Amino acid sequence: MMLQLSIFLENAKGRLAEVISLLAELNVNLRALSLADTKDYGVLRIIVDEPEATTEKLRERNVVVSLTPVWVLKVPDRAGGLAEVLNQLVKLDVVVEYMYAFVEKEHKQAQVVIRVQDKDIMEKAMKEINLPFL
Amino acid sequence: MEQQLLMGLRKTVESVLPIPYYRERFGAVGINKAEDILSLEDFQRLPLTTKEDLRKNYPYGLFAEPMENIVRLHASSGTTGKPTVVGYTSKDIELWAKIVAKELARLGVTKQDVVQIAYGYGLFTGGMGLHYGCEELGAVAVPISGGNTARQLMLMRDFGTTVLACTPSYALYLAESLEESGIAREELKLKIGVFGAEPWSEGMREQIEARLGIKAFDIYGLSETMGPGVALECPAQQGLHIDEHFYPEILDSEGNPQPIGERGELVLTSLEKEGFPVLRYRTKDLTALSYGKCSCGEVGWTMERVSARVDDMLIIRGVNVFPSQVEEAILSLGGFEPHYLLVVYREGSLDQLEVQVEVNETSFFDEVRELEGRQERLKQRIEEILGIAVRIRLVEPKSIPRSEGKAVRVIDKRK
Repeated sequence: MMLQLSIFLENAKGRLAEVISLLAELNVNLRALSLADTKDYGVLRIIVDEPEATTEKLRERNVVVSLTPVWVLKVPDRAGGLAEVLNQLVKLDVVVEYMYAFVEKEHKQAQVVIRVQDKDIMEKAMKEINLPFL
Repeated sequence: MEQQLLMGLRKTVESVLPIPYYRERFGAVGINKAEDILSLEDFQRLPLTTKEDLRKNYPYGLFAEPMENIVRLHASSGTTGKPTVVGYTSKDIELWAKIVAKELARLGVTKQDVVQIAYGYGLFTGGMGLHYGCEELGAVAVPISGGNTARQLMLMRDFGTTVLACTPSYALYLAESLEESGIAREELKLKIGVFGAEPWSEGMREQIEARLGIKAFDIYGLSETMGPGVALECPAQQGLHIDEHFYPEILDSEGNPQPIGERGELVLTSLEKEGFPVLRYRTKDLTALSYGKCSCGEVGWTMERVSARVDDMLIIRGVNVFPSQVEEAILSLGGFEPHYLLVVYREGSLDQLEVQVEVNETSFFDEVRELEGRQERLKQRIEEILGIAVRIRLVEPKSIPRSEGKAVRVIDKRK
């Protein structure tokens, strides 16, 4: 399990760029990123190396951040790779709230960030299917 | 009691009768001398005085004393036209100080207290009104005036401030700044707040009390009738005791006197004021009155907290909307910062109201669904209270401008 940073973004021109620039200024390396948007605002979700310290620094700069437990799974980077994993999880009653993926070229592996409804079920499932995760 | 009151009212009438503007208007309703007023009903025949009347007689036309007897002037901001100017004799200044001192004493303020007066000093009556009251009482007045928040907090700690006087919106801003200042609450001796000069809600009081760790009291006044101190709460926090030097009435929107307990516009007549007596002055503040004995022992008129000003009223799609109603809705739901902004605009031919509210760590959820649910609940609550559809816009913390004086709650783009 890892902690993901969820950042509230007001629907204002340039706000995303501002926050990303702030992260750059804080020397934070973005390992994965996804943006959920609604009509009125956005939620920026990022995976970074030091989630707690980064959160602290962002809050000092008046950014609204919450830490969310997520799983980062390593999935084979080939057709059907993700489907296999998801099907196994579904069988074990895991309900996915949202997910996003990124690819690491060197290792020929895709990494999938998954937010689930029930942490305990996910933990049990992860033990059972024995999949590599961060 | 009525006889005594009538005598006081007659005295005020007598003091303004030499002024041509009043004499003419009183004559038109058949009152040519103070003795023509035989009852309160007679008194209520006298025409009301409005801000417009004051402007027409700018600057000194309604003063009841020659300028040689006037020792100080104050004026309203006059953002919409000429300011309204008021003059005080030295006896008026003394009386004002005594009134404020007595009211502060009722809250338990003593010579031992250090009062940080963060109301503006100058033509606005807030700063100096509190200041002279403090000195009269013998407390330490710190005339810091508004603004420079970091310094306010530093001196609050260093001077051992026990009483803070400012607008409620500034009190909230100070609370917010304190949380980030590195100064711990334990380093402060603050125990009481005296807040006024803008409408605020009970929810706002709870916020301020919780965040500053003090008891917050509502003070009322306006320069036209004297300044702060026309009324102030007592420790019971069940309404503001109107000082005995003012006679209050409540009128409906057509200007008809209302029975005790009804809500409407507060109208004030000063008793014993020399330089600038006011007669049936329309305050444009909405409240309700009661008369009797408070649990604190005080007997007299009590007014409810001013929840709204007639001038603040927005008419949106034909419905009357007050910013304080939105404030109440936001605070009753919890989880949002008590900073908000109403933006009124026109889409086609239809008025639209957008309510901007700041999210904070407790109202923000990673799941968009949750956040939208929260937004929807706020929307429903506001719509229930206002009776019109609104649009909620969640904005980032500290993005709504903070005020160091009177807060700006509305941007009306229809104008």
